[in-house]
Amino acid sequence: MLEITNLTKRYGNDAPVLEGLDLKVEGNSVVAIVGASGAGKSTLLRCINRLVEPTSGSIKLNGSELVTLKGAALRRARRKIGMVFQGFNLIDRLTVMENVLAGRLGYVNLYQAITRRYPRADIERAFTLLERVEIAHYANKRADALSGGERQRVGVVRALMQEPKILLADEPTASLDPRTSEQIMRLLQSLASELSLPVLINIHNVAQAKAYTERIVGLRHGKMTFDGTPDEFTKSALEAIYGGIEAPDDELTAPAAKPRKGARGVTHDDPL
Amino acid sequence: MTTRSSAPSPRQGRRTWRKPPFIANPWLRYGLWLAVAVYLVWALGTLPFNWARIAEGVPRAARIFGGGFPPSFARADLLFTGFKESLQIAILATLLGVMLSIPFAVMAARNLVPRPVYVVGRAVIIVSRSFHPVIVAILFVAAVGFGPLAGILTLTLYSIGFVGKLLAEEIEEIDWGQVEAMKAAGAGYFATLVYAVFPQILPRQVGLSMYQLDSNLRASAVVGIVGAGGIGGTLMNAFGRYDYDFAFAILLVIIAVILVSEGVSGWVRKQIW
Repeated sequence: MLEITNLTKRYGNDAPVLEGLDLKVEGNSVVAIVGASGAGKSTLLRCINRLVEPTSGSIKLNGSELVTLKGAALRRARRKIGMVFQGFNLIDRLTVMENVLAGRLGYVNLYQAITRRYPRADIERAFTLLERVEIAHYANKRADALSGGERQRVGVVRALMQEPKILLADEPTASLDPRTSEQIMRLLQSLASELSLPVLINIHNVAQAKAYTERIVGLRHGKMTFDGTPDEFTKSALEAIYGGIEAPDDELTAPAAKPRKGARGVTHDDPL
Repeated sequence: MTTRSSAPSPRQGRRTWRKPPFIANPWLRYGLWLAVAVYLVWALGTLPFNWARIAEGVPRAARIFGGGFPPSFARADLLFTGFKESLQIAILATLLGVMLSIPFAVMAARNLVPRPVYVVGRAVIIVSRSFHPVIVAILFVAAVGFGPLAGILTLTLYSIGFVGKLLAEEIEEIDWGQVEAMKAAGAGYFATLVYAVFPQILPRQVGLSMYQLDSNLRASAVVGIVGAGGIGGTLMNAFGRYDYDFAFAILLVIIAVILVSEGVSGWVRKQIW
């Protein structure tokens, strides 16, 4: 269970990016965090695994405080928090398998890491997960030889190799075409229930958020303006989050189950 | 729109255009030209050129070049020994220098280390870059005596400075997302270096090493002149004994070796990218 209380993040002396945020995520729920650019979605996720230092507040994962951790204790806590990135952040020049095994770097020692002598159980788990996302035949290919959707699946598998207690996905579909991004959303959704893992997904695409998650959290200027089920996420809630900033109306008019519009800036290929 | 595409106005034929001057201020523009002219007159007037000696030197130069033809390969064994030593010095120094340059490059990369370590790393690189190899070679010859050891130490220091500086700059420009991904997985500092940093700088590192081998080969001939071993010493002796034909043979072989090494290093760099 993830429990965030009164979280505030301020960069320098600027206005806070997150202000007194409270959020509780239980069980294996998939939560979408929506909001305009600069609303603080990314900062929120990065505060959880401390890629960003929170200014004040408390973040507890299964009862243990994350905000005060340092050094080795912080690294031990991070292994239990998987993260999927918008730009995949794979090691381009290494093979798919090395990228996947990198998810175990918090568990193996430096000698094992350098010589790639990972425990047999890790390699077994890597193959199982790669088979689960149907890219096991790419194990020895260089990561930069894969397509966008395949690379994001490697990113997801790498995060799952950590045997995480929670999965954070920071705009996991924003660099993908609409069809591939739906595949990734569906994958995250089914993995959450298969592994009974809570998943937090930052997402721009409101239609996808409504279709693939069971709870939507809306952020605006670092404050929570909406928290409820996709059914409760009405036009007025959308207005409260994006109102006066931008109006992604077109995304709502598309049928929720099969959104035809991609995320911002993504070229639209033929919808299937 | 139709009004714009109507017949050209009678004024159009009178329009001209000239490239705006590189330096806009005319005083500065012509002042700079004047300064250059004044400097040239002053420098040529005051530097001690001995024109008589120069005139005398032209036939002397002709004699040296004349004496160099045809180049003599009679003492090929001496040539071979000198080159073997130069190659050994260059390769050893490159290996040592490139290996040592990695830790110093990491230390000198602002994004990877705390400020005090960065200052130390930069200082090492700046010091090893501030002197020309010949000056360093003179110091090392004085310290460890004549011979290849002085040459190896000189070129190692030279390599650390050059490769370390460029590698540090490369490290500062890596894709930080990969580092974040390793941090998020709970990887330690050195594991993050090995996984997220080194693969990104590997092609650059190989390219720089090849370039440095090339450069060390050239420099090993020069440092030999001040007594740090290798073909440079052989060349110096040949000149000292007026063996111009042998000296010329050495020069030809140096050119050939540099050409070959440049070709090879260029090819390897292209393959590895």
